Amino acid sequence: MNMHQSPEMTPENASGRTSVHKTDDAKRRLKKRYAFETRFKFFGIFAIALAATALFWLLSTVVGKSLGAFHETYITLPVELAAEKIDAKGNRDPKDIRAGNFSGAIKASLRQAFPYITKRRDKLKLYKMVSNGAELSLRERVMRDPSIIGTTQTVRLLASDDVDLYMKGYEGSLEARDVSGVATPLGTTGKVRIIVESNSFSSILARVKDELRDKAQRFRDQARREARGIRVFQRRIDTLPSDADPALRTDYEGRITAYENRRQSLIESAQALEKKANTPGGTEQVSSALPSFFLAINGGVVKITRVSPDAVEGQTLVPLSSDAPAADGSWQLLVNPQSEAGRRIRDAQTTWVEELRKAGAIDTTFNTRFFTAADSREAETAGIWSSAAGSFWTMLVTFFLSFPIGVAAAIYLEQFAPKNRITDFIEVNINNLAAVPSIVFGLLGLAVVIEFLGNDVFGRDLRSTALAGGIVLALMSLPTIIIASRAAIKAVPPSIKEAALGVGASNVQAVFHHVLPLAMPGILTGTIIAMAQALGETAPLLMIGMVAFITEVPGSPMDNASVLPVQIFRWSDFPERAFEMRTAAAILLLLGFLVIMNAIAVLLRKRFERRW
Amino acid sequence: MDALVEVPTPATTTPMKPIASPETEQQDVKIVSRNVDVFYGDKQALDKVSLDINANEVTALIGPSGCGKSTYLRCLNRMNDTISICRVDGTIEIEGEDIYDPGLDVVELRARVGMVFQKPNPFPKSIYENIAYGPRIHGLTRDKQELDSLVEASLQRAGLWDEVKDRVHEPGTGLSGGQQQRLCIARAIATQPDIILMDEPCSALDPIATAKIEELMHELRENYTIVIVTHSMAQAQRVSQRTAFFHLGELVEFGDTEQIFKNPSDPRTESYISGRIG
Repeated sequence: MNMHQSPEMTPENASGRTSVHKTDDAKRRLKKRYAFETRFKFFGIFAIALAATALFWLLSTVVGKSLGAFHETYITLPVELAAEKIDAKGNRDPKDIRAGNFSGAIKASLRQAFPYITKRRDKLKLYKMVSNGAELSLRERVMRDPSIIGTTQTVRLLASDDVDLYMKGYEGSLEARDVSGVATPLGTTGKVRIIVESNSFSSILARVKDELRDKAQRFRDQARREARGIRVFQRRIDTLPSDADPALRTDYEGRITAYENRRQSLIESAQALEKKANTPGGTEQVSSALPSFFLAINGGVVKITRVSPDAVEGQTLVPLSSDAPAADGSWQLLVNPQSEAGRRIRDAQTTWVEELRKAGAIDTTFNTRFFTAADSREAETAGIWSSAAGSFWTMLVTFFLSFPIGVAAAIYLEQFAPKNRITDFIEVNINNLAAVPSIVFGLLGLAVVIEFLGNDVFGRDLRSTALAGGIVLALMSLPTIIIASRAAIKAVPPSIKEAALGVGASNVQAVFHHVLPLAMPGILTGTIIAMAQALGETAPLLMIGMVAFITEVPGSPMDNASVLPVQIFRWSDFPERAFEMRTAAAILLLLGFLVIMNAIAVLLRKRFERRW
Repeated sequence: MDALVEVPTPATTTPMKPIASPETEQQDVKIVSRNVDVFYGDKQALDKVSLDINANEVTALIGPSGCGKSTYLRCLNRMNDTISICRVDGTIEIEGEDIYDPGLDVVELRARVGMVFQKPNPFPKSIYENIAYGPRIHGLTRDKQELDSLVEASLQRAGLWDEVKDRVHEPGTGLSGGQQQRLCIARAIATQPDIILMDEPCSALDPIATAKIEELMHELRENYTIVIVTHSMAQAQRVSQRTAFFHLGELVEFGDTEQIFKNPSDPRTESYISGRIG
């Protein structure tokens, strides 16, 4: 390229004319070409950077969201396994033990841990801190070792997802705020009033008043909308023709009155709120849309419900040990910045979790359950093992159907089939099938596998089994496998086949002894890629009922099963935050499988790649 | 897929008079071809070629590119069958047997008529497996020992044994180009053919490797009938007893190599060998 600048090239050729490649025009053209190249390179780099950013963003989002799913929280409590509750008949019959009242035992131990919780509503909140999974695992433990009946055992109880999320900091956490002065509680349980010597609570009151102002503003906005309604109907009355039905006018006037009344009452409410907000001091309600404020005093905890600059009123969540005045610095104002209305865990529950944390009875460990458990409606007990096993069986069926059929079809089309219109037609159709939306294969599966084969294959209903899913995915994978296999077979140099034919091998021998082994890496690569595609397929499986809720790990292709991507799809539908995390974790796992499969394909290609 | 075969008259009843082959009587005729036409689709590649090839001789087919010499060679073991649009008319007989007879087994034919290709094409397997493949599929040996000795004999025949005897289980594709081509010759010999077809066997080789293969052809001539397609007129002169000159799908001249190169009877032959056409 730099030939034009090289010193040997003189600007003038032998005949004395200026070379066309040395004129100013030529230089301009050259410059333009280089400019285009630079531009093109820049666009290329920009595109790659964009793609890399997108990939990084995707991965970091998924990883970030999934982090919470890899840990679970346990509450460790002594549980009395009273014989009369668990095995009333006393004969240690597994059937009786299975029916034992384990949930009662757990509830009793919770009550024992929190003896001051006496109200029914509070007790329910307390019970909800422990997952249903705790009952199941306790039952299993007792079934395994019935000799512990009648004793008190230290049991690690799986916490509910709300508690789990709070422990991981997803539902806010308690922060201490500066307070000063001596605080005097009036009472130790129930509703109490606490008076301080300073204006320690004025900041809370300010927050509350801000909120009142916001609320007043919302009322005023609403009032403005009502006023607009009045104007609309006033205009209608003004434009009514003189011969209009008087009833219409009456109706409009009635509506205007209704609007006016609503407007008036809204404005009054707003004015009342504003008055409250603008009057210094006073006592105000703390709404649940505000952060939650707690007072930790004299060994108890009070949830603040009403506040004035120098006093608060609230509900004791943990009873105070005495109503003696607490010295400056011995009491604390705690704030959970996340409002109670904006989270699932109740204020009382967070307080009790903190009590458990103080006692060292609650901890968070690595979540093996997620990898070994089946699906569940409770986020904390839900695992992916059932859908992973379902994916395994489905892939097994898919592979054993699509690989032999696909490779056989490819060999026949590539090596034996005559080249005529029929084979051309078949080829075009196979290529087109690869581009058919997968949901169409689902429809085919529904029509053929479910409806035609019916609900009695080996005495089992095929609906939502791995076998049905495998058949559908095999149909979907076939075109990919055939196309990849044909390409791999075509890539084997014809000289190899000729050599085999030359020593007297038959066509079949030449293909199976020489062409096929050499094409195998390429065929396997194509197959693995088709399998990876099938592994991530959701739509066709929805059609054949694999979106079912599967709580048992499928043991064969004839069992009802779900698969990983369908599991992800199902979980993504649940509103719970814990399920959102599990969805991300399952996506991560699926991505992991896909990366592994593609890595195997790349390795195969590298390892067995041959150059001729 | 199979070529259409026309057998107008039983070959044995017609006295055959090959063109320009004065010494036919003194030699065993191995291959007799009469009026061979080859078509690729509508295109005629060979036009009425009649040629007799003698046993235990090297017959060279020469001519410019596209003249049909390779096409003719590939008719002799029906390698053209693999090309679906190819059609062969006329008769080719090997030892009196029409090889385009529908009853003839093409696998058996190819075992009898070995082939060495232009580019060395060993199987991507060990040297041993390359040689053993043919005998194995034809069931030529009874046990491993016999197979071993057949492999050794074939490699020796091809003059490769001394070079590879310590590494017969290493891949054949690891050999040099000339060695690979001799391996392919050994592979062809191993199925114990009568005839060996060579399609420009030295075109991808350097002069030293070429010399070795040419020497090998001299030795093989004692036991085999060899037909070689070559672009090198020097090579044709060195290795062959008889030479056929093809031009534009026609057999122009056929005769003793010496006579063709020293005293060609057709002006086209003369132009070609003196380098004016081609």
